[in-house]
Amino acid sequence: MIIRRTMKIALMGVSLAMFAVSAASAKTLVYCSEGSPEGFDTALYTAGTTFDASSKPVYNRLVEFKRGTTEVIPGLAESWSVSEDGLEYTFNLRKGVKFHSVDGFAPTRDFNADDVIYSFGRQLDKDHAWHSYTAGASWEYFNGMSMPDLLKEIVKVDDYTVKFVLNRPEAPMLANLAMDFASVLSAEYADTLEADGKMEMMNQVPVGTGPFQFVGYQKDAVIRYQAFADYWGGKQPIDNLIFAITTDASVRLQKLKAGECHVAPYPAPADIADIKADANLTLMEQEGLNVGYLAYNTQMAPFDNPKVRKALNMAINKQAILDAVFQGAGQAAKNPIPPTMWSYNKAIEDDAFDPEAAKKMLEEAGVTDLKMKIWAMPVQRPYNPNARRMAEVIQADFAKVGVEVEIVSYEWGEYLKRSKETDRDGAVLLGWTGDNGDPDNFLAVLLGCDGVGGSNRAQWCHQPFEDLIQKAKTIADKGERTKLYEEAQVIFKEQAPWATIAHSVVFMPMSTKVSGYVMDPLGGHWFDGVDIAE
Amino acid sequence: MFRFLIGRLALLVPTFLGVTIVAFGFIRLLPGDPVLLLAGERGITEERYNQLMEQFGFSRPIWEQYFDYLVGLLQGDLGTSIVTKKPVVTEFFTLFPATAELALCAIILAVAIGIPAGIFAAVKRGSFFDQTIMGTALIGYSMPIFWWGLLLIILFSGILQWTPVSGRISLMFFFPQPTGFMLIDSLLSGQKGAFASAARHLILPAIVLATIPLAVIARQTRSAMLEVLGEDYVRTARAKGLTPFRVVGMHALRNALIPVITTIGLQVGVLLAGAILTETIFSWPGIGKWMVDSIARRDYPVVQGGLLMIAAIVMVVNLTVDLLYGLVNPRIRHN
Repeated sequence: MIIRRTMKIALMGVSLAMFAVSAASAKTLVYCSEGSPEGFDTALYTAGTTFDASSKPVYNRLVEFKRGTTEVIPGLAESWSVSEDGLEYTFNLRKGVKFHSVDGFAPTRDFNADDVIYSFGRQLDKDHAWHSYTAGASWEYFNGMSMPDLLKEIVKVDDYTVKFVLNRPEAPMLANLAMDFASVLSAEYADTLEADGKMEMMNQVPVGTGPFQFVGYQKDAVIRYQAFADYWGGKQPIDNLIFAITTDASVRLQKLKAGECHVAPYPAPADIADIKADANLTLMEQEGLNVGYLAYNTQMAPFDNPKVRKALNMAINKQAILDAVFQGAGQAAKNPIPPTMWSYNKAIEDDAFDPEAAKKMLEEAGVTDLKMKIWAMPVQRPYNPNARRMAEVIQADFAKVGVEVEIVSYEWGEYLKRSKETDRDGAVLLGWTGDNGDPDNFLAVLLGCDGVGGSNRAQWCHQPFEDLIQKAKTIADKGERTKLYEEAQVIFKEQAPWATIAHSVVFMPMSTKVSGYVMDPLGGHWFDGVDIAE
Repeated sequence: MFRFLIGRLALLVPTFLGVTIVAFGFIRLLPGDPVLLLAGERGITEERYNQLMEQFGFSRPIWEQYFDYLVGLLQGDLGTSIVTKKPVVTEFFTLFPATAELALCAIILAVAIGIPAGIFAAVKRGSFFDQTIMGTALIGYSMPIFWWGLLLIILFSGILQWTPVSGRISLMFFFPQPTGFMLIDSLLSGQKGAFASAARHLILPAIVLATIPLAVIARQTRSAMLEVLGEDYVRTARAKGLTPFRVVGMHALRNALIPVITTIGLQVGVLLAGAILTETIFSWPGIGKWMVDSIARRDYPVVQGGLLMIAAIVMVVNLTVDLLYGLVNPRIRHN
């Protein structure tokens, strides 16, 4: 035992020494990440911090999002075709794609269809040897995107052709396959681990085909990667990538200023001006693919009356919220999808801020002396950095039209649970960040009839709207889908199940030495193609 | 002495059992549960929720879960983290050396400065030095750790650039860590500059973590010394013509140290609590930060396992302190 341990340490020492030597003479980019990854088997998790450390540097997917957009482009699949009925997706896989090598595993073959079958099969099939390979394994993103209902089977046509057969047409299917949970793992590595009785290592030492290969993780401190020399997408400009885990935003900024890291996400809003003034730093910014909203319970009086909801929307001073809560780092929302998403209906006019008219409309609707609750989230989110403050601003606005507001809040888990109840009192502050850049991911999830009692916090089921979004789901043509979603947004605005509040702006500070970094509208952090001046 | 030890060890058993109940019950008293937090805004169907609760074993009666937990404990099994899927024991011992190293340096710093400062303040009672030392101690005791840490980072790391901002060692150094104690491992690595880098990284977090214990120890030493310095035997020693150094250092200090040692022992709990904030500010990968993250995620096995381990450490340290009394003062020998 002692000899084995000593040998293991010695071996580790050799590989670490090699990394250290290369680190000393090579280009190393340090990213001050905001938290620790939960693990490295992407599909087991739902957090962006985990995806940044696992799926993005280490893995690839059959299709990918073109960097900086939500456009789907070829990844491990060179091309694909969709059957006329929209039920079969056939992927032609890329040849000559290599997997990484790690301690105890050196791949003997290139990527092929078996890896795709393994990566999805373990999530889909409850009897698969890898379905419950680690304690408490659950495939929440896969389940959350309804993949078990959607996928009928995945067929290996030949070594380089795979067919996905669906139970129903699903236009966002390709975008779903570009998501993190659809990362492709090595079936050969899985077999090796299974044979060695070390299956849990799949979540600790990842092996993928991505631009960076995993070197080591010191829990809650540092993750190290090396550029993968055989990467099918070409050699990376940097040699080493290091994630220095730094949870506090102020400390991240100090590290960035001191040159201890080169890229540091999620700056504190109060530090933005300071960063902009620093000649050694660059501040990139992008509109986030998100929306913050106030959802009325449309099944409870008087919020079952669209006129009442519309009147209340007109009483909200969004500019005051942008100033007080977002400190300028946001823009007023008029639609339930963000302006960076395709099918966003620019023609829609937002409700005017007009307390007098709002008061009159409420009187016309027979609503006087209304008392209601506004639920304020207990956590910070990009779409709502300070829900309590936002609730207070709305409380003051509503008071001006004669509506008395009581602000309530619960622990986050409780908040999410109670706000789903159909007999819930009042209006809930919440929001959403897009998963795959498809409008269906906002409109169907948050406002579809299936979401009532669940993710549809307005408990709003309006058949004309529902018909449009269901139809759009079954059509492959993007132009046609766009028309349907634009129409759906018009209905949404008329019916006003939410007060759409804001879309946030995401900032990314980095050293001026860094070049080639592209911000991801989906909120991920990618380092392939990024360079650093020496 | 032996009977005393057995008695104290026997007392540890019900204390430990009490801690298991607190550790097990505490996290479950908080509203929310791990499955709801795992799902987030995305939500989860009731069927899937029930499935996961059953998979994690949370749907069974609470007493049954507690009983299983106790059985696991007897076998040295603290459970598996819901989030990382790793055994809690493995995670604890991976992170504990970082906390232990920081806490040890902090307590050494607190004792090395706190005791002499307290003695000096007592000997020069009422003087300018006494007022300054005690005033500083009061400020130190009242200092919000988070604010204090950030202030030091901005001054020493940001403006003066004397110390690194955070972490345990420069990212340029990368070597195996057989002990987990960075100072030792950096020496063992043989890499030039590694030890100096590890030591520099320790300075600010150790100062921040030592601030409150230092203040408490200084104040306790002063008050104990003042009491002892008024005793007859001290007057006798002075009358015999002993040097002030011998009177204070040999005769007074030894007796004054008893309450100070108790205070130092109690500071271990304070250090572990303080480590939570210090580790967060300085990105120090220890158990404090681990516990905070786990509470936020309602990772029941980690919270109850971590609490239990921390409680066990505090109990062992306090037992050791009790045993140390005898060495310091022969009047307190446990026969």
